[in-house]
Formats: sequence, structure tokens, C-alpha cells
Amino acid sequence: MDLGAINPILLIAALMSAATPILLAATGELVVERSGVLNLGVEGMMIVGAICGFAIAVETGSPMIGFVAAAVGGAALSLLFALLTQVALANQVASGLALTLFGLGLSALLGQSYVGVKPPRMGDVDFGLLADIPVLGPILFSHDPVLYIGVLLVAAVWATLKLTRLGLILRAVGENHDAAHALGYKVVRIRTLAIMFGGALAGMGGAYISLIRVPQWTEGMTAGVGWIALALVVFASWKPWRVLLGAYLFGGITQLQLNLQGAGVAIPVEYLAMSPYIITIVVLVILSADRSAAPGSLGRTFHASN
Amino acid sequence: MIRLEKRPQPSRAFAYLTPVLAVLATFVFGGILFAALGKDPVQSILTIFWEPLFGEFAFFYRPQLLIKGAPLVLIAIGLSLGFKAGIWNIGAEGQYIMGALCGAGFGLAFYPAESALIFPGMVLAGAFGGWLWAMIPALLKVRFGTNEILVSLMLVYVAEQFLASMSLGLLKNPEGFGFPGSRNLQQYQSAHNAELIAGSGMHWGVVAALIAVIFAYVLLARHRLGFAVRVTGDAPRAARFAGVNPSRLILFCLGTSGLLAGLAGLFEVAGPAGQVSIDFNVGYGFTAIIVAFLGRLHPVGIVLAGLLMALTYIGGDIAQSQLGLPAAAIQVFQGMLLFFLLALDLFTNYRLRIGRVETA
Repeated sequence: MDLGAINPILLIAALMSAATPILLAATGELVVERSGVLNLGVEGMMIVGAICGFAIAVETGSPMIGFVAAAVGGAALSLLFALLTQVALANQVASGLALTLFGLGLSALLGQSYVGVKPPRMGDVDFGLLADIPVLGPILFSHDPVLYIGVLLVAAVWATLKLTRLGLILRAVGENHDAAHALGYKVVRIRTLAIMFGGALAGMGGAYISLIRVPQWTEGMTAGVGWIALALVVFASWKPWRVLLGAYLFGGITQLQLNLQGAGVAIPVEYLAMSPYIITIVVLVILSADRSAAPGSLGRTFHASN
Repeated sequence: MIRLEKRPQPSRAFAYLTPVLAVLATFVFGGILFAALGKDPVQSILTIFWEPLFGEFAFFYRPQLLIKGAPLVLIAIGLSLGFKAGIWNIGAEGQYIMGALCGAGFGLAFYPAESALIFPGMVLAGAFGGWLWAMIPALLKVRFGTNEILVSLMLVYVAEQFLASMSLGLLKNPEGFGFPGSRNLQQYQSAHNAELIAGSGMHWGVVAALIAVIFAYVLLARHRLGFAVRVTGDAPRAARFAGVNPSRLILFCLGTSGLLAGLAGLFEVAGPAGQVSIDFNVGYGFTAIIVAFLGRLHPVGIVLAGLLMALTYIGGDIAQSQLGLPAAAIQVFQGMLLFFLLALDLFTNYRLRIGRVETA
């Protein structure tokens, strides 16, 4: 065992990268849930995004186009969920599960010919001299662009929800869809757009795993990150900045257990690999006492005739 | 102008018709999918759904129907109780693994002793393992109000890691030349869940599934607890006034589904799978969710749905070897089925009205 081999600066830099898939997916899901919809299909949209992004990045040679494709793929799959829950008025829990089961199958089908392929590498953003600052340089200024986009998206979602009319309407629809409908807002349309936004972000989160974190394609490679993202939204009490905090917490745990595996700690690998899931449960238990922050219409089906 | 009008009562006709329509729609879109993969759609569908039942080698495949259907039905029966009451156990895969580990572990502890008591003990241990694993989300929900969907699902990943640890460590076959995986239970007579009638596919898991179906049917139709399950799902507030204790219902529904999933895992590991290995579980716990919905959360429906899903597994294997249809295509096919079912269910509760909207 050699704990000295774990460099704290590199650990913090790596945890930001480990947190990004969770951060992207959870930010998207936060918007969906604030609009009153519970989409349990995050895992399915992530894995479809992972393969769409991977395949397109390999074919075009551009990781950035890959990320765009991942967003499109995730949004397209989420449109199926929107169709089920907003048009066909199906149960949201069941539809979300269906989306995950379908997405896992679909991604495995799409990814068959991409097993073992190496994707093009995404370069880091060049901050020039900033990257040379000791300690802060490697932590803050040596990452790929998508990581910064993720943080910016949190800020954007926060600002939109808090400061704009659009955010107000979205929250109104989520808190009380009947009242929002009576005021003349198009509940179904707004929710469909929110669902697609969530799908796009989940797709990008998935692509971050297949293109940057791992980087290669294997079946079921998201391994529950989508579900952790769902838990994170509860953890964050539906507040964007807390999503960021939570994502870094989970990213830190994931990264730390990987580093501990590498350092050869006496704990068996399997028990270390369990830890992110167990800690998710513990955090859920601690925070589930307060459910007052949940949007009022969360998970309820809206039909104008009611 | 097309619009939806809520039916005063859910349509009984559509409740029965939707699964059939969903299967037909899946045939059509599945056919399109197979055609897109460059396979003859009609031949693919026939290979999946006709070949195992009436084809040349049907005598070999028909018993498989029971072997693959039993765990699906067993798990789906348990899930359906919770789903009816709005209690979502989606971690059956984890409970299945833990049941298998506890049951197999109990049996292997006695190796190589032979006794008629070992197998019944394994069954109890398997049920206990699944029940215990499901009690974690149940108790957390009752005590702290934690979301049981997320907890039960997280525990699947924990169980998978635990399975890896067990098959590489504690339960590893000491005479296995270093390969991962436990001793083969099929070669340990007292622990083997053998076929009851040779060549029929009938093993103790099938018997357990049948008992579970009858138990669930009687419970839902005749017993006060079944009434509590149904009324909680339909109207939670009314259920409280009717004196239903929500906490006890959560413990019962999650506990029962965990117990049945654990049993399914034990029967699988001691019979068809034969040994604890890293990937002996093939996702029955997740497919059972589709089975429960496709069967309309009704015990008899679940039997039919379970057999149909078993057919897609068997037919999918045949199509894979004969036509080169990828295994993932079957997974997509199963997912599609659930999609169509949920979408078409619209017509159970709503009616399409075509014509002008009358002004009030």
C-alpha cells in the first residue's frame, strides 16, 4: 500500500473530470423535474448519448461534433419519453424505466462495431500562462472544453430559473400545472422542451464517459451514473449550485476509490467499487427527511380536461 | 380536431386488448428493425416466435420455456404487488443475486455432505437473502422516507460487486484451477435443483412460480391485504381512511418481491446456471418489470407475459445462431414492447373524440 502515490492536486483535478458526467446529467434532470416531470430514463439517455457521441466522433474524427451528436441522440430518445408521458399520458415511473431498458438495448445494438475502437482525443483548453500557476493551474486550467461547458450550464440554468420569465413559467408549470394551464401557459409544450433539454444534457454526460473518461465503448458502460444523477437532484433539493457541489462530492468519491484501487489498499477492489453506490444511499437517507423543496406537480400526469 | 376525453370508468375491453395490440405493434416495428439490420423480417419473427414452439427442434426448446419463464414469473409476481400499490421495487436483479449467493453459500457450506435437508435449507436461505436485500429500501423508506426506486436500484450495483467478490473469493471452487466461479451445484446431488420430470424443464422453481401465482391471485381477489394493495394504488388517501397502514404495506410488498426474487435466484443458480459466477445473472430482474406490466399486474396475465418473454429469449438465441441477429436486437425488441404497451394504455383510460370542440 502506498498512499503517498496519491497526489492531492492531481486527485482534485481528476475529480472535476469524474464529476462532469454526473453534473451534466443531473443539471438536465433538474430542469426536467422543476417542470414537474420525473424522468427515470436518465441512464438510458446517457448510454445512448455515449454511443451516439462515440460513433460520430470516430466517424468524423471530431470529438466536438461527437458531443453535439450525443446531445441530439439523448434528446431524440427523450422525445419518446415525452410522447409517452405528455401525449399518451402514461405513468412517468414506468415510462422512465422503459426508456432505460430500451436505451440499454439500443446502445448495445448501435455499438456492436465500435467495440475496441479508439476515439479521437479531445484536447485541453489552452489557457496559456494560467495553466502554469502552481496548484491552481493543474486544478482549474488544464481541462477539456466540455468540463467548463458543464459548469457554465449550471450557472446558466441557475440564472434562467431564478432571473428570467422563462424560468418563472417553467417553475410555475412544475409547481402547479393546473394553475399554469389556467393562466394560459402551454404545459405540455413547456414540459416537452424541458424533457428534451434533459435528454440532450444526459446524452452529453454519457458521451463524456465514452469519449473522455474511459475513453472507449463497452456495453452498459454508464454503470448506474444516470441513477446517481437522479439521486443527486434529490440531494441538491432541486437547486443548481447544490448539484454542482454534489457532483464534485460524488466525483471525488469515485476518483478516490479508483486511486485507492491503484495504490493497492488492503480493501478488495469490489468493495471499493461499491462505495459510490453505498454513499449515494447514505446521502439519500440523510437528506430525504426534507421533501418540501420538491416541485408540487412532480410526477403527476397533466390532462387539460381535469 | 382530435381530442382525448377521460372515460368515467377504465375500459375493460381495452385493458385486455392493449397487451395484444402492443405485441402486434412490436411485431411490426421489430420487423422494421430486423429489416434495417439486413435480416428478412418475416423469417426473423418466425424464428423467434414459431421455431421454439412448433419448429423441427421444438422438443428441445419447449422445456426451455419453463426454465426461462419460471424466474421471470416468480419475480414479476412479487413486483406486481408493489407496482399495484405504487411501491416501486426496481432492484429485483440485486435481490435475485443476493438470494442466489445466500442459497448457494448455504449449500456449499455443507459440501461434500449429502442430506435431504440441504436443498430445503438452501431454498430458505435464498428466500431470506432476497428478502433481506429488499428490506434495506423498505426500512429506509418506512423510517426516513427515502425513495425506494433509487435505493433498490443502487443496491443492484452493490450486489453485482458483491457477487464478483464472492465468485473470486469466498465461494470460489478450490478445485477450479484458479478459474473464477463456485463449485458446480449440478454435480452436488443434495444441492442440485434437478428436473423433476426428465426432459420437461420442470424444476422446483417452476413449482414455486405456480404457487406464487395462486398465492397472489387469492391474495388480491380474496384477502384483506390484497384489498389494501389495490386501494392504496387507486386512492392512497382513501386507503388511510380504510385503515391501511402504509408502512406495513411497504414492508410487505418490498419484502415479498425480494423474497420471490431471491427464490428465483436460488433456483437458477442451483439448477440451470449451476454455479455462482461473475455473470450468472442475465437481467431477469429487469425483464421481469416488463413482464409485470405486460401481464397487467394480474397473476394470470403475468404467467402469459412471462412465457412470451421467455419465448423472446429462446427465439432470440436461435435467431442469433441461425440468422446472426445480434443479441442486443432482442433487448431492443423487449424494450419496444413495454413502450407500445404504455402508449396504447391511453385508450384504457381515455377515449378519442374526433370532431369539433363544442364551446362551453
